[in-house]
Amino acid sequence: MSKITDMTATHNWSGQKLVSADYMLFEAPRTKHFMTGSEVLKEAVKRATVDASVSYPITPQSEAAHLIGELWAEGYVGVYFRGENEFGVMSEVAGCSMAGARTITTTSGPGTLRAMENFAQWSGTRASMQLVLMARGINSPLTIQPDNLEVQYLLETGCMIWYAENVQELFDMSLAAFAVAEQPDVHVPIITAVDGFFVSHTREAVMLPEDDIALFPYNPYKAPLPPIDSEMPPGRFLRDPFVMKSNYISYATHASWQWEIRSAVERSKPYARHYLKGLVHVTGTEDAEIAFITCGTASHQAKEANRELEKLGVKTKVLKLRTIRPFPTDEIIEALKGVKYVFVPEFNVVGWLSNEVKSALYGKLDMDIHAGPRVAGGMSMPAEAIIKEVMEKINPGKGA
Amino acid sequence: MGLDIYKINPEFKDIMPREIIELEENATWSTKMNKPRGIKELPETKELLEEHSLCAGCPEAAALRYVLSALPKPEDTVIVNSTGCTSLMFPHIALHTVHSLFGNQNAVASGIKRVLEWRFPDTQKDVVVLAGDGATVDIGLDYTLQSFFRQEKITTICFDNEVYANTGGQESGMTAKGQVFKMAPTGKKFDKVPMWELATTSGCHYSINMTASAPKAVAKAVREAILIAREIGPTYINLYTPCILEIGLSANEGLGEMKDQDKDRFASYKHISPEAEAYLKKCKEEGLL
Repeated sequence: MSKITDMTATHNWSGQKLVSADYMLFEAPRTKHFMTGSEVLKEAVKRATVDASVSYPITPQSEAAHLIGELWAEGYVGVYFRGENEFGVMSEVAGCSMAGARTITTTSGPGTLRAMENFAQWSGTRASMQLVLMARGINSPLTIQPDNLEVQYLLETGCMIWYAENVQELFDMSLAAFAVAEQPDVHVPIITAVDGFFVSHTREAVMLPEDDIALFPYNPYKAPLPPIDSEMPPGRFLRDPFVMKSNYISYATHASWQWEIRSAVERSKPYARHYLKGLVHVTGTEDAEIAFITCGTASHQAKEANRELEKLGVKTKVLKLRTIRPFPTDEIIEALKGVKYVFVPEFNVVGWLSNEVKSALYGKLDMDIHAGPRVAGGMSMPAEAIIKEVMEKINPGKGA
Repeated sequence: MGLDIYKINPEFKDIMPREIIELEENATWSTKMNKPRGIKELPETKELLEEHSLCAGCPEAAALRYVLSALPKPEDTVIVNSTGCTSLMFPHIALHTVHSLFGNQNAVASGIKRVLEWRFPDTQKDVVVLAGDGATVDIGLDYTLQSFFRQEKITTICFDNEVYANTGGQESGMTAKGQVFKMAPTGKKFDKVPMWELATTSGCHYSINMTASAPKAVAKAVREAILIAREIGPTYINLYTPCILEIGLSANEGLGEMKDQDKDRFASYKHISPEAEAYLKKCKEEGLL
């Protein structure tokens, strides 16, 4: 096992040369590899100078959690153990993060809901841990298939939520996530989501920097709240603590604190624009009157529909949202100039992304926002399904 | 860093509240002492607990004072608590304390302890969980026991008042059979959970059931439990701190109730593993006890 005291000014405890997030993401030479989302997350964690990780088995994130354990055994990660269930794990992760560790964990579907109480607690303590969510949907009936319904439940936890489309994005995003979440004026937890199986288990070509470099370590003394390590004056020793009283000041404090967490999420935008090269990626025909607003693998399917529709003479464009919290309203409005029809293809039954889009655009843009197509429970969404939906809308009665 | 964080910048000394100045000047920090801290200093020195908002005569408040007076190294001690009456006192403790959720205290403490061991390999930092019986035995039982199974090096102290006091007096798993409380309007139907025995069979190297009637005995147990947790593994103290309000006693009757229970539900139980016993012997020789 490594020791933190092995770290020097230039190298971390596993002997990797320390580099900035900018160098890691934009400048370091890269070579081509062929790996799954689970495997690529291991590669990201390996290069992130991670202090702590706590794991628990649930399909489809288990392999990623095993691989982080291997990194610990190899000396790249400082603390690693298996928790008792997801509620316990997310509490243990909270403890790790509060004690000043760069911390990462993973979960999926039902585990997310079991742990739910913790996520609001994470943001409430302004901790900066990363949760990689490999979405799989929620029981009952039992499912382990790709479906991202659990993201709906995470939207108002006060955590940032980013969404990666593929294996390459998962690698880059999970590194950028630490860089953004640890900014002193942001410093809230970050959830990096991917669609289970479609990304976690699919092998793709990825470009990776060498593994002899790693991010600079986390500095907990730049955090807006002192870490719980008895190294800074305790912040809670108050003459007249207001938080446990029923009075106007305690209510006002609670309210303003919740606003502050949401403001911190908004303040992440400039950093995210930099490290993700934009909160929204737009592809397709610039002056199209039809747009798809998507995230995750639904973006991939929309891009395929875009190519097929092009052949039919129908121009479309695809807006891929990379951040869900903060929600990139300005970018969406900008990209929708001249658009008449919006389609929101999704892998869940409730259409949480279309609800988000409608609520963000209400009173700002006048256009037809079509909440679909939607599939759920692990069904695939072939481009044909999207094309059919578009053609029926713009060509009523005549079909595709 | 330890004690240094309690030093006040001389430039600001004239505007600091008296109790903060006293913390620097007159608290019993371990690095200032040539003998182990204990309750005998309580009358003369600045306590680590400032004014608290518990009921007059509440035995829990007294017990917390005994616990804080006995911490071997308060300047490097993190206290994790949970929701309940105890959470009313925690903002008044002059140490790093965490309130996270209701019931997850041993999980949070596990994360903190492991990271402190990782980040400060050359400094002994103690992690102590202080929570009520609802948090420890009911909603948090899984996390309490799992931290014992995993042999986390933390001390768990349960302020067992045998009732959900802060929410208005509902039955808990630690309530005695037959007792009438809210949510048990015809009396509790099952026995008090023998948590101290569960702690023993779950891997604690030190498990005690006692009341807070004798301050010295509480302080001794706390000190032994924390020292063992440092080197050997998890330790558990089940401490009766009756809710005088919910069982209909006056402010001056808490002590009598605890003394009565010394012979009944809280008749002394003490488990100590052979390795912990050998370690305590060593501590005694080194003057740590």
